[in-house]
Amino acid sequence: MVPVLSVRELRKHYPKVKAVDGVSFDLEQGRCLGLLGPNGAGKSTTIEMLEGLVPPSSGEIRYRGRPLDADYRERVGMQFQHTALQDFLTVRENLEFFRALYRRGADIELLIEACNLQDYLDRDHRRLSGGQRQRMLLAIALINEPDLVFLDEPTTGLDPQARRNFWELVRTVKARGTTVVLTTHYMDEAYELSDDIAIMDHGRIIARGSPQSLLAEHFNDSVLELPATEVEGRELSSLPLIHKEDRVEIVSADVNGVVRQLLDAGLSLAQLKIRPRTLEDLFIQLTGKELRA
Amino acid sequence: MSRRIVAMIRARIREVLRDRSALAWNFLFAPLLVIGMATVFSGGPQTVAKVGVIGDLGAAPLLPATHPFLATPAVDFYPEVEGEKAIAKVQRQRIDLLFDLRVSPARYWVNGESAKGQLLQQLLLSSEPSARVQPVTGASIRYADWLVPGLLALNIMFSSLFAIGHVIVRYRKSGYLKRLNGTPLRAFEFISAQLIACLLLSIVITGGVYAGCSALLDLRMEGSYWTLLLVTALGSMTMIAMSLLVSARIASEELSGGLLNLISWPMLVLSGVFFSLDGAPALVQAAASLFPLTHMLEAARAVMLDGAGLVDIAQPLLVLSAMTALFLALGAGTFRWTQE
Repeated sequence: MVPVLSVRELRKHYPKVKAVDGVSFDLEQGRCLGLLGPNGAGKSTTIEMLEGLVPPSSGEIRYRGRPLDADYRERVGMQFQHTALQDFLTVRENLEFFRALYRRGADIELLIEACNLQDYLDRDHRRLSGGQRQRMLLAIALINEPDLVFLDEPTTGLDPQARRNFWELVRTVKARGTTVVLTTHYMDEAYELSDDIAIMDHGRIIARGSPQSLLAEHFNDSVLELPATEVEGRELSSLPLIHKEDRVEIVSADVNGVVRQLLDAGLSLAQLKIRPRTLEDLFIQLTGKELRA
Repeated sequence: MSRRIVAMIRARIREVLRDRSALAWNFLFAPLLVIGMATVFSGGPQTVAKVGVIGDLGAAPLLPATHPFLATPAVDFYPEVEGEKAIAKVQRQRIDLLFDLRVSPARYWVNGESAKGQLLQQLLLSSEPSARVQPVTGASIRYADWLVPGLLALNIMFSSLFAIGHVIVRYRKSGYLKRLNGTPLRAFEFISAQLIACLLLSIVITGGVYAGCSALLDLRMEGSYWTLLLVTALGSMTMIAMSLLVSARIASEELSGGLLNLISWPMLVLSGVFFSLDGAPALVQAAASLFPLTHMLEAARAVMLDGAGLVDIAQPLLVLSAMTALFLALGAGTFRWTQE
């Protein structure tokens, strides 16, 4: 089956920086690709080239086997990190305006219901809350019933509840068979929504796979966390302690053995946390950098 | 017209109509200026008498040695080249006397209803008793009648330049143009929609302001309203196209404001909005001929004050059309959706 998106050796070089330096991947119909990377890794430039907004310096992007053409914009939807709209227009007017720009499109009433916009339809879009605004922008991104949607950090700045509501919407979109390309700073978001993850650094993809396979490939251990005050003054030199502000981490494949050593040293395990490795751990291991929203 | 253009026009018109403060200013600016200027200059704009001189004078200044009448103090003598238009100025009392040195004895045109003209006639006859009079008649044009077309044109200039220029730069800076670029909307559709929306608004606002001024001041209207509408529409299009060109690439509101001021202020001063360019230095007149406001104003005044028809104002209309085509072509060719 022909991939929805096929990217080969994509590069974007500016005079003083190689923003994207040889990105290649295929994306199948109905999958969600999460693009992760620290600031300046080349995520946004990559997504802008995939959207057809920025011409690549070299490389190739194919949509369903064909080079990007004028019809491509009829078939894709996009939500930018900071999407600006025309002042003084209401939510409904924005939806109607964008709907009129496409030959084919969604039923606006169904979209309003799906994105839960009923209560704000006649409100000036500038007076929406962060979560309401992101839902409206997603509705605009879906206004042409695209079969490929680009979401560039769509939940940055939202509170946890609004983010979870937004994830539900994206899951609904995916369930319809729409292909999604997502960039995010949030590892939990990438883990929840992505079928495939591509971790970028210095303009290149340095790891690619499903969240589970990536974690399984790079880790066979778990992380044990204890409050720093619990560890102070104890004889634990045989354990590989990692001190982090107010806590201490121990990374080990032998959790039972570590727990036994902690008990032998007379520690209380009341506040012990044991967690599997996360995408954030993987990210830090691969890039040496923390992800920051 | 494509559905995309119609949607863009509708969205832009909604945005303008809902920005109440800016809209109110558009309606109030010209009437306030008309009332202010008409009050200040109710006695007429000229503090000295003005005489047009027809003759084979070349580029030489009008030296008093050419004729003793030219030595009359406190009178502004300037060269005239076109007899018919010059005579019309005497009829409208835009100048006080027209003096023809090409024939001997010299002849002159003076309006029997002009007090200044009568006084100048006595001075002329004292220096050349045999000069032959060519009497003309015609009521003078009130300064308000002369000023209103200029202020309406000025209103169109400012609203077109700043409404379009600033808005497009703001759209680009905010990323709205980038979002539109992600849709099937094409650059020429976006530019066409902005032009049409601004043109419609400009005509409606100018019509409203004209109606208000007319009701307040009982304005003179000698020509056809349809011809005036055509002049207004074409003049507006030229200004809008000029603004589209200025805003085609830049993303800084400060830079666009500076550039638009750089364009608008010379037009404001040199296009004859407040005072006639008759008798102005050749360099100033040459500069003025480069400005669309000059041609728009020439056509609008000819229609409103002299009852000119389409044929009479063909030249300024052609100049405006050519300028519009040039600015639009350059603007569309250099247009950018996003910042560099």
